[in-house]
Amino acid sequence: MNRQLTASRALQEFRNNLRQAPRRILESAFRSGRPVSDRARALFVFGNVFLHLHPVRVHRWSLRWTTTLGLGVAGAAAFLLTLVTGVLLMFYYKPYPDVAYQSIKDLHFVVPTGRFIRNIHRWAGNVMVVTVLLHMARVFYTAAYRKPREFNWLVGLALLVLTLALAFTGYLLPWDQLAYWAITIGANIAQSPRELTDALGITSWFDPGGLQRLLLLGSDTVGAEALIRFYLLHVMILPLVLAALLAVHFWRVRKDGGLARPPDADRRLPPLPGNTYPVFTEAPQKTYQVVAIVRGRTPVVGAGPENTLPSMPHLLYAELAVFMLVVFICLALSLAWDAPLKEIANPLVPENPAKAPWYFLGIQELVSYSAFMGGLGIPLLALLGLGLIPYLDREQEGTGEWFAGPGGARLAGLSALFGFAAVVAVEAFAIRFGWIREWFPEAPQLLVTLINPATLLTLAYALFSLWILRRYDSVRAGAVALFTCFLCGFVVTTVIGTFFRGPNWVFYWSAADWPAH
Amino acid sequence: MTIRAAGTRSRLDPEPVARRDVLGLASLLSAAAALLLSAFGMLRLPKPGVLASAGKKYRVSLPEALPAGEPYTPPGRAVALFRDAQGVWAVSLVCTHLGCIVRPSAQGFECPCHGSRFGPDGSVIKGPAPKALPWLKVTASGGGFLVDEGATVAPGTRVSS
Repeated sequence: MNRQLTASRALQEFRNNLRQAPRRILESAFRSGRPVSDRARALFVFGNVFLHLHPVRVHRWSLRWTTTLGLGVAGAAAFLLTLVTGVLLMFYYKPYPDVAYQSIKDLHFVVPTGRFIRNIHRWAGNVMVVTVLLHMARVFYTAAYRKPREFNWLVGLALLVLTLALAFTGYLLPWDQLAYWAITIGANIAQSPRELTDALGITSWFDPGGLQRLLLLGSDTVGAEALIRFYLLHVMILPLVLAALLAVHFWRVRKDGGLARPPDADRRLPPLPGNTYPVFTEAPQKTYQVVAIVRGRTPVVGAGPENTLPSMPHLLYAELAVFMLVVFICLALSLAWDAPLKEIANPLVPENPAKAPWYFLGIQELVSYSAFMGGLGIPLLALLGLGLIPYLDREQEGTGEWFAGPGGARLAGLSALFGFAAVVAVEAFAIRFGWIREWFPEAPQLLVTLINPATLLTLAYALFSLWILRRYDSVRAGAVALFTCFLCGFVVTTVIGTFFRGPNWVFYWSAADWPAH
Repeated sequence: MTIRAAGTRSRLDPEPVARRDVLGLASLLSAAAALLLSAFGMLRLPKPGVLASAGKKYRVSLPEALPAGEPYTPPGRAVALFRDAQGVWAVSLVCTHLGCIVRPSAQGFECPCHGSRFGPDGSVIKGPAPKALPWLKVTASGGGFLVDEGATVAPGTRVSS
């Protein structure tokens, strides 16, 4: 009798627990419960492995649209999109010459939703390049790279290079004419230090260019070896490194005290609108204590917590909005324009004109004057200069504000004017009158490598920036001048390369003027 | 570092370099050296020892009716062969700038990628190409010609059949 009773009680408990199981599984996964109290909202963020890169509270200055324009989050969102669509494309893609082209054709014409997924992948990649570039410009023009955020600027530069490398390696994979010749050119740019070593006559025992090309292609021509290498880089090595650095980048944003803001941000923020909810009004009634000693200033020193809002929902919902906007843009672009696919690669007949993806056309324009200077020398110099900016500009004026600091927006406008005029003048001269090789065919190559439109333009920009630096007596002013000039140079050369270069890389006002084949 | 006579040092004074530090530093350095060495070892793998590209030496038989100064490109090869009264020569069609395939034209050769132009002998006359198009080694062989893309000869070298 007794035993029967216990048995039925256990049975009842079993049934009870079974009924409760779904709720308890959910509770055990999301221990903080619904984010309805300040405590639960805080737990929601720091109790979640994917969200804990966020702070629990975020300053209201960081939440203004104009502080960041959401560009960094947009870049990360585009990366997520490429990640998901890229894995889907891997279901069908086969990295072997000719077969690769057929598999992309299959994706395009046969695989259900294949064309759409490939379009999204392509467009999200483009959106990522654009947003990453704009994000860098935002950080620069708000002087947000300054102490203690110098290192994160360097991580950001590495992410920019990785983004471009991912875009470039993905370009070969379809194995069409577009891909084949862009990669041939890219691989030969890697080899372009030979232009210098040949001119100095030391290539036979010191040949970094040849080694770079060999490592990139795994052979002396673009073939199966090159394709598998680019594939490996594109789907494995570069995304892994990028994801790791991305985590560092986000983490440092928080550890460096949130986004940069002016010292008087608290005073300048308007009072919180009355209908803002939640605002940490239900905070536990106890005093704050120091729970860890962190080097440098913490985000709340001297400001008090009153100008911060809980990240859940204020920050997370804003990020979600940016994410949805990026998804919408990529989907809309993918519906409107298909990713290109030309004829199958033909190693004997280059495309004419053979153009790289648009973000490299500025470099291609420079390369048409000197392979080494345009392809490696000047880009590396620009990267070095960008990396040094936060270590050279140790000023404080204007941190966290658009176009603040010495010179302000007027200086940026002036620099844009100069940068634009200089690049147009140099390009117009070279297009109209040619360059050294046409005047003196016997001129030594070293002369052409050192003195060409690309190097002269760089020199003009550098001199202009030095002059600005002296005139405003501020390193920041010089940096603004240089950055703006390079931005103008990048935009103008990219536009020329994209729209005004036709067959044989000859300048044409419009594609309608191209000679008929 | 000051050196004191033995015995003057109190046992409470810190050692100049603690024994633990020496051992710790040594292990750290050896770990760094091992990592560096293994990194070099790992980088050695992607540098191929044998190239998986097509052979660079091949036989060509020129068409009988090839006019003097007209280019002849063997199918599948980026080489132009010419013939005149003095003999036969071969010019590589791989642009010395960034590796595009140049097209023979009336004035010499034109590159479609970045606008380099070369004279009939391969010398640069315009554009960014840093070097002349190389002349390749040609040897007469049983009525036809053997072209070796791996070997260059001085411009102007002709081979008579």
